[in-house]
Amino acid sequence: MNALAAATTTSTGEAIQFWILGTVAVIGALSTVLLKRAVHSALSLAGTMIVLAVFYLANGAYFLGIVQIVVYTGAIMMLFLFVVMLVGVTAADSLKETIKGQRWLALGCGLGFGILLIAGIGNASLSTFEGLGAANAAHGGNIEGLANLIFTKYVFAFEITGALLITATVGAMVLTHRERTERAKTQREMSEERVRGKHLPPLPAPGVYARHNAVDIPGLLPDGTPSELTVMQTLRRRGQIRDVSQQSLADLKALEQRSGERLGREDADAVARGAQSPSAAENSEAAK
Amino acid sequence: MENLIALLVAAPLLGAAVLLCGGRRLDKTGHWLGTVLAGASFVVGLILFTDMLGKDPENRALHQHLFSWIPVEGFQADIAFQLDQLSMTFVLLITGVGTLIHIYSIGYMEHDERRRRFFGYLNLFLAAMLILVIADNYLLLYVGWEGVGLASFLLIGFWQHKPTAATAAKKAFLVNRVGDMGLSIAIMLMFTTFGTFAFGPVLESAGETSQGKLTAIGLMLLLAACGKSAQVPLQSWLGDAMEGPTPVSALIHAATMVTAGVYLIVRSGAIFNAAPDAQLVVVIVGAVTLIFGAIVGCAKDDIKKALAGSTMSQIGYMILAAGLGPIGYIFAIMHLVTHGFFKAGLFLGAGSVMHGMNDEVDMRKYGGLRKYMPVTFVTFGLGYLAIIGFPGLSGFFSKDKIIEAAFAKGGAEGWILGSVALLGAAITAFYMTRVMLMTFFGEKRWQPDAEGHEPHPHESPKSMTVPMIVLAFGSVFAGGFFAIGDRFVNWLEPVTGYDHGHSPLSAATVTGATVVALVVGVGIAWAMYGRKPVPLVAPRGSVLTRAARRDLLQDDFNHVVLVRGGEHLTRSLVYVDHSLVDGVVNGTAASVGGLSGRLRRMQNGYARTYAVSMFGGTAVVIAATLLMRAV
Amino acid sequence: MNPVNYLYLAALLFAIGASGVLVRRNAIVVFMCVELMLNACNLALVTFSRMHGNLDGQIVAFFTMVVAAAEVVVGLAIIVSLFRSRHSASVDDASLMKL
Repeated sequence: MNALAAATTTSTGEAIQFWILGTVAVIGALSTVLLKRAVHSALSLAGTMIVLAVFYLANGAYFLGIVQIVVYTGAIMMLFLFVVMLVGVTAADSLKETIKGQRWLALGCGLGFGILLIAGIGNASLSTFEGLGAANAAHGGNIEGLANLIFTKYVFAFEITGALLITATVGAMVLTHRERTERAKTQREMSEERVRGKHLPPLPAPGVYARHNAVDIPGLLPDGTPSELTVMQTLRRRGQIRDVSQQSLADLKALEQRSGERLGREDADAVARGAQSPSAAENSEAAK
Repeated sequence: MENLIALLVAAPLLGAAVLLCGGRRLDKTGHWLGTVLAGASFVVGLILFTDMLGKDPENRALHQHLFSWIPVEGFQADIAFQLDQLSMTFVLLITGVGTLIHIYSIGYMEHDERRRRFFGYLNLFLAAMLILVIADNYLLLYVGWEGVGLASFLLIGFWQHKPTAATAAKKAFLVNRVGDMGLSIAIMLMFTTFGTFAFGPVLESAGETSQGKLTAIGLMLLLAACGKSAQVPLQSWLGDAMEGPTPVSALIHAATMVTAGVYLIVRSGAIFNAAPDAQLVVVIVGAVTLIFGAIVGCAKDDIKKALAGSTMSQIGYMILAAGLGPIGYIFAIMHLVTHGFFKAGLFLGAGSVMHGMNDEVDMRKYGGLRKYMPVTFVTFGLGYLAIIGFPGLSGFFSKDKIIEAAFAKGGAEGWILGSVALLGAAITAFYMTRVMLMTFFGEKRWQPDAEGHEPHPHESPKSMTVPMIVLAFGSVFAGGFFAIGDRFVNWLEPVTGYDHGHSPLSAATVTGATVVALVVGVGIAWAMYGRKPVPLVAPRGSVLTRAARRDLLQDDFNHVVLVRGGEHLTRSLVYVDHSLVDGVVNGTAASVGGLSGRLRRMQNGYARTYAVSMFGGTAVVIAATLLMRAV
Repeated sequence: MNPVNYLYLAALLFAIGASGVLVRRNAIVVFMCVELMLNACNLALVTFSRMHGNLDGQIVAFFTMVVAAAEVVVGLAIIVSLFRSRHSASVDDASLMKL
């Protein structure tokens, strides 16, 4: 290795970039851990990953920087988001700790570990560095250099990684695939079942409120009670049904009040109430 | 001829096997089979006896080696038999009396639904007893010894539905275990001392061994004899053993098994001859038991228990005689044989009385039975005359000889022993007369039982009376037949040896003294029970009487010393066990358990908790690595 | 500035990720934290590569990415099937290992 290539500092621009983006990366990491919703966590993590991609580029790992963005931020994080959607995007985690002492232990371990690592790095003699200029230039570029290593020195590991990927793919399919244990129903059977079953017409639609998308709000039956049948099965199972059986009554009341205010019917209201109470008393006496 | 010896044992053993394994289909015929096989054994014994008589007195012993039992380097145990004059005497007594009692049992056990089993046990007893007396080594003798113990246990507890019988069987078995331990220790000592336990080598080389070892062996043999023959201090089981059926009492606990101790001591005579200290203890045990049993016999109202006390006392005579050495061996055996006749006869008579009296055993509820059961009265009376030593009858000759031999021991010892034996003779006369008077004389005292059934005393069936008559003949004539012309002495002398001794008194004086003792005993008994009517309820009596009714407090003694002592020992051991041993063990367990309980909390099943420990572990590893680097 | 600062940053991110794994209960978030830890490692590897002036560090980082991709696929599949059977993505709900 050429001794002349060794340097002790990077350019000022890189330093500025490090301090700014490094802060962003740490904030992203912390938000990943601390934010309640999985979606937010995923987005914070994606941000951190992009920052890391920039750092890779700055460190001369051009190929890895691009791959980081394409594979990690693009593919893996999207996979995460898919699963988050599948599992329930709205469900916010409770951050209340249930295992006694877990949070303190985790914090202690994390802090201790971090301090140890940093102390270890601080103790190592790393005052100078080589730079990748020579290594990248040796085969005509970063990608060529990597390819040279992958297909010569690390070819065996490369093959095995390929096998690992295949295995992982098959494994994921096996894990998520559900074997059908009974014969699929034919169309005829399904229609016969429907005719004989309880619901000949389609299931009732969920109640619709003007305020928001209301797939998760059960429709009201003529007597005002909510029918769970109207909400889709998945939401029912997750317990994400919004109970609005009292909502309409509250709305009515509010409307009445507002119209009353508007029409200045306060006294009449009071009179109506006063007229009602004696009759109620009479009723109770008659009952006696 | 030798080959017939095994047949002696084989016949009853076969009977026992067939009867005990044969099941119900033998219920109708089983007792006949048992009796016939016992008789067969007796016939074989007779054949061997006549054969033996035809030989030269010095070479009469027969040997039969069946097979090697445990052939190990340096340890040779054989199943081998030896039939000499001593064994022959026992064989004839056992099979003869045994056969008679089998016949008697046919009538006595007629109404018992388990009669087949009873005969099986009887045959088993005969086989074991025969093994005991014809074994040619101590180990095989031990087999027979344990066999008779087992048979005795089974037969005492034959009526196991009675708690008293079950308890008595257990008691007999347990007390016998003590003696059996003695015998097994004696055998082990023999093996370490002589390297063998065959009679021949052991007894021949007995004189050349150290005094201490011989004394130890002798004392252990004596302990064994005490257990089996109900001698002080292991005497307590015999009285309770009377819970068994009467034929059992007659055969096992009067005529044969309880005399096995005497056989053992006489057989081991060479050992005792060479160990005077052991011999002295034997004599003391015999003398003490003689008086002890006699006193107990005086106080009992239960006819069988009175006879049991008498048995104890008579065996005391035999042990005493056996302890005298060559002066007494032969007379011990002679008294044993005559005693076998008259005591078996007395027991059978008692059984006959009970049979006629609805199994009543309290003599105070008998009285005047001579009119109702004449045959029983006559045979029982002859047995009575024999046991008290009425001149001319069996007991007179054999007991007189023992008393003579006791005096002939010489010195102060001789005087003391002789006096004790004479005193015993007087007491024997007293209590036997008491039994006789209370049972067969006086007014009838029986009363209806709780259910209103008045007993109807009646003579027993032929199958019961015939054996009694035969035994009565033996009681009358055996003694005279043996004693006149020293027949028995000549017969046994080659085996046991014989020594006249030097009696300070002439034979006539001793005989006179014996007769005087007899007359005094009978006279006192007549005064107490013959002239006055016998009260139905036993009077309070003196301290001695009350103690004697309780078997001279032997059970109380055992209870206080052994049971209580054992309980205290056990309790303290249990306390030590609980507090110390368990404390340590439980403490360890509890601390481990407590620690585990704490550690278990770490295993809460949450993956995150495990992850923390992993992470912490990693941190520790890194810290250690850094530290190692730094150092 | 010395590139060793990248290492400090990597250590910091790694510790944050590890704490997140221990603190969060939502399996998906836990998984993201694992990814964060892997990325921190990758950053360190890339930095090492630069410091030593050869590409081996980058190769290892590359393999780490591939393995992480495989791991994510399997892990997410596990989370999905877990959610199907338990209707929950909480790691504490799968606590059948306790007594």
